[in-house]
Amino acid sequence: MTGHALLQPALYLLVLLLLAWPLGGYMARVFRDGPMARPPGPAWLQALEQKLYRLAGVRPEEDMAWPRYALALLAFNLLGMLAVFGLQLGQAWLPLNPEGLPGVTLDSAFNTAVSFATNTNWQGYGGETTLSHLTQMLGLTVQNFLSAASGMAVLAALMRGFTRRDSAGVGNFWVDMTRAVLYVLLPLSLVLSLALVSQGVVQNFAPHAVATLVQPSDAATQQTLAAGPAASQVAIKQLGTNGGGFFNVNAAHPLENPTPLSNFLEMLSILLIPAALCFTFGHLVGDLRQGGALLAAMTAVFVVALAACLGAEQAGNPLFERLGLATQASDLQAGGNMEGKETRFGVVDSALWATATSAASNGSVNAMHDSFTPLGGLVPMALIQLGEVIFGGVGSGLYGMVVFALVAVFIAGLMIGRTPEYLGKKIEAFEMQMAALVILIPPLAVLAGAALAVALEAGRAGLLNPGAHGFSEVLYALSSAGNNNGSAFAGLSANTPFYNLLLGVAMLLGRYGVMIPVLAIAGALAAKKRVPPSAGTLPTHTPLFVCLLIGTVLLVGALTFVPALALGPVVEHLQMLAAR
Amino acid sequence: MPDSLNSLKPALLMLALMTVLTGVAYPLLVTGVAQGLFPQQANGSQIEKDGKVVGSALIGQPFSDPGYFWGRPSATGPVPYNAGASSGSNLGPTNPALADAVRARIAVLHAADPGNTAPIPVDLVTTSASGLDPHISPAAADYQVARVARARGMDAGAVAALVARYTEDRQFGVLGEPRVNVLQLNLALDTAVKGPSPASP
Repeated sequence: MTGHALLQPALYLLVLLLLAWPLGGYMARVFRDGPMARPPGPAWLQALEQKLYRLAGVRPEEDMAWPRYALALLAFNLLGMLAVFGLQLGQAWLPLNPEGLPGVTLDSAFNTAVSFATNTNWQGYGGETTLSHLTQMLGLTVQNFLSAASGMAVLAALMRGFTRRDSAGVGNFWVDMTRAVLYVLLPLSLVLSLALVSQGVVQNFAPHAVATLVQPSDAATQQTLAAGPAASQVAIKQLGTNGGGFFNVNAAHPLENPTPLSNFLEMLSILLIPAALCFTFGHLVGDLRQGGALLAAMTAVFVVALAACLGAEQAGNPLFERLGLATQASDLQAGGNMEGKETRFGVVDSALWATATSAASNGSVNAMHDSFTPLGGLVPMALIQLGEVIFGGVGSGLYGMVVFALVAVFIAGLMIGRTPEYLGKKIEAFEMQMAALVILIPPLAVLAGAALAVALEAGRAGLLNPGAHGFSEVLYALSSAGNNNGSAFAGLSANTPFYNLLLGVAMLLGRYGVMIPVLAIAGALAAKKRVPPSAGTLPTHTPLFVCLLIGTVLLVGALTFVPALALGPVVEHLQMLAAR
Repeated sequence: MPDSLNSLKPALLMLALMTVLTGVAYPLLVTGVAQGLFPQQANGSQIEKDGKVVGSALIGQPFSDPGYFWGRPSATGPVPYNAGASSGSNLGPTNPALADAVRARIAVLHAADPGNTAPIPVDLVTTSASGLDPHISPAAADYQVARVARARGMDAGAVAALVARYTEDRQFGVLGEPRVNVLQLNLALDTAVKGPSPASP
């Protein structure tokens, strides 16, 4: 392994943390609690915010109890789904469809609508061949913002659970959602999208251009160059942990991710907000060390996962050595397993992206995970199965991790006979019941769904690769949908009525089956008193607690998924080594 | 349920307002600024030659003539390097189809350059993620220099100099991987042969 393989990931983590720190402080001011709290920003932006409330008939001062908060969120997301659904069905008759693309099939439209509203952004379709510019803008780009903002809103409500006492409400969904869009997502997206255009990401409303090939052949004399408003969507799909690409191959497409710099910026954007929210959490609960502990646990798991993925991909496929190919990394080539990878990214950037996109529930890809080595592909699959709490989705990653922290203090409480409390709130039966739902619902969707898919002919028909790898394709798809990631072992032909419906249901369960219990926890905690720390309180900012938290996450994940992983990637790895 | 109706009206209005803001104003603003500041990039980095578009600097093209450098194998359908429908092969590492495909590509490279016994760089016989990869590794370019020079009747040193000129280092010395843009290199080759002084880049 060359020094470059270490330098780039180290630089990545350094820049990430350096940017997350100020952004975390800024977002703490955006989500500050209290009736007089005004977010930071110019006066015109605050005026725009107030105007939006007035036009929508929202009373921003209303403090919602958690069921009302949840209802507002669900209504908002449901209408978003319907809008995306309708746009897809009607795109043939709507403007901004220069390629004259037909309406999308019912099952595919359902899958895509659910996918984008739940922040999964699983793509059963090929972007450039299926969706009009109008559908991409009014449907997908909008939901990229709103699903991310919904996740941040739920986190804001949960944080109020800790900061408030004897409170009936957890905040106002409309205010949280609007502020997430206006003060965080839109400004960051504007800056990022222009930086991406400077690197060569397309941004226009032109029809596809046609080029005359330099070496024409009998098969083709011309090349269609895809076009469209890509940069604006790419920026928010990276920042909002959405991940649904403008083009079929996502960020592997040279017009979506043209240079190593665009790649670095897009990778940073995957983890930027999830990492920064840890600092926001620390600021708002009044103890930065608490956010630091959660971030430390996330970073530790991330680094180990990255090393595993990078090592496996650089070691490559023994097949290539048997065929006499040059696979050693050097200054002249990336080497390793280059099947399904782009030259400009090589092995290091592809492994780094795969780890980041699966740690966060982003799901964008700059290399084809299906062609990763068995262990290299196991890493993103396992990170997804951990419940998307290693950084995780925007908002959703941290609220998931806080739930794991509740479980960790509960387990510690049982072991040492201390009253479980976290950040001054007693953790009691109701919170633990809700935490159990959060931890059980996504794996249920994943494992039951995968079992159904391999049991039915309709499920097995979609496999591209034979043997254990085919099972991995199904397991990855369900893991991705059930945890709202969105990446794929893309050989699976998932644009069939069976998979569109199955994965759609898994995405709904994985999103709202977690969000609603988390809001219930928020409501229950906000109603409690604060207990001052005593000799019996387990400190939750120490390295010991970080280890306990990592242990809890890994143990729950391992107990749930090791048997399934053994049947897929592990078997395939042994087969690959045994092949001659 | 009156409560759910109460949520529905602001939900509908808020969705409409947010759609205007994030789905119309935002992409239009980005498009306007991008077209003003970076028109070449925003429109796909097209390359023109003699007044017609011959490709994009960011999108690879299929080459099979021994006098051209060849790019990565492409898995797009129905033809390779179909930039209207990007796609990877998605073949798993133990899929026999992958082994067969790589073997066939090795055979084609050997047939085009029988005297070349150097090990083939892995990126030259594996498909890219997008099927549109504009680059090959410098090692993959070096592997082809002798063949291209022979087919064109050019001096190998002159071809190697052109390769060096179209080799990009890691961005800022750190990011990504070194690479050679195949389309730009081949266009330069065509110019070099037609031009008055083919050897001087």
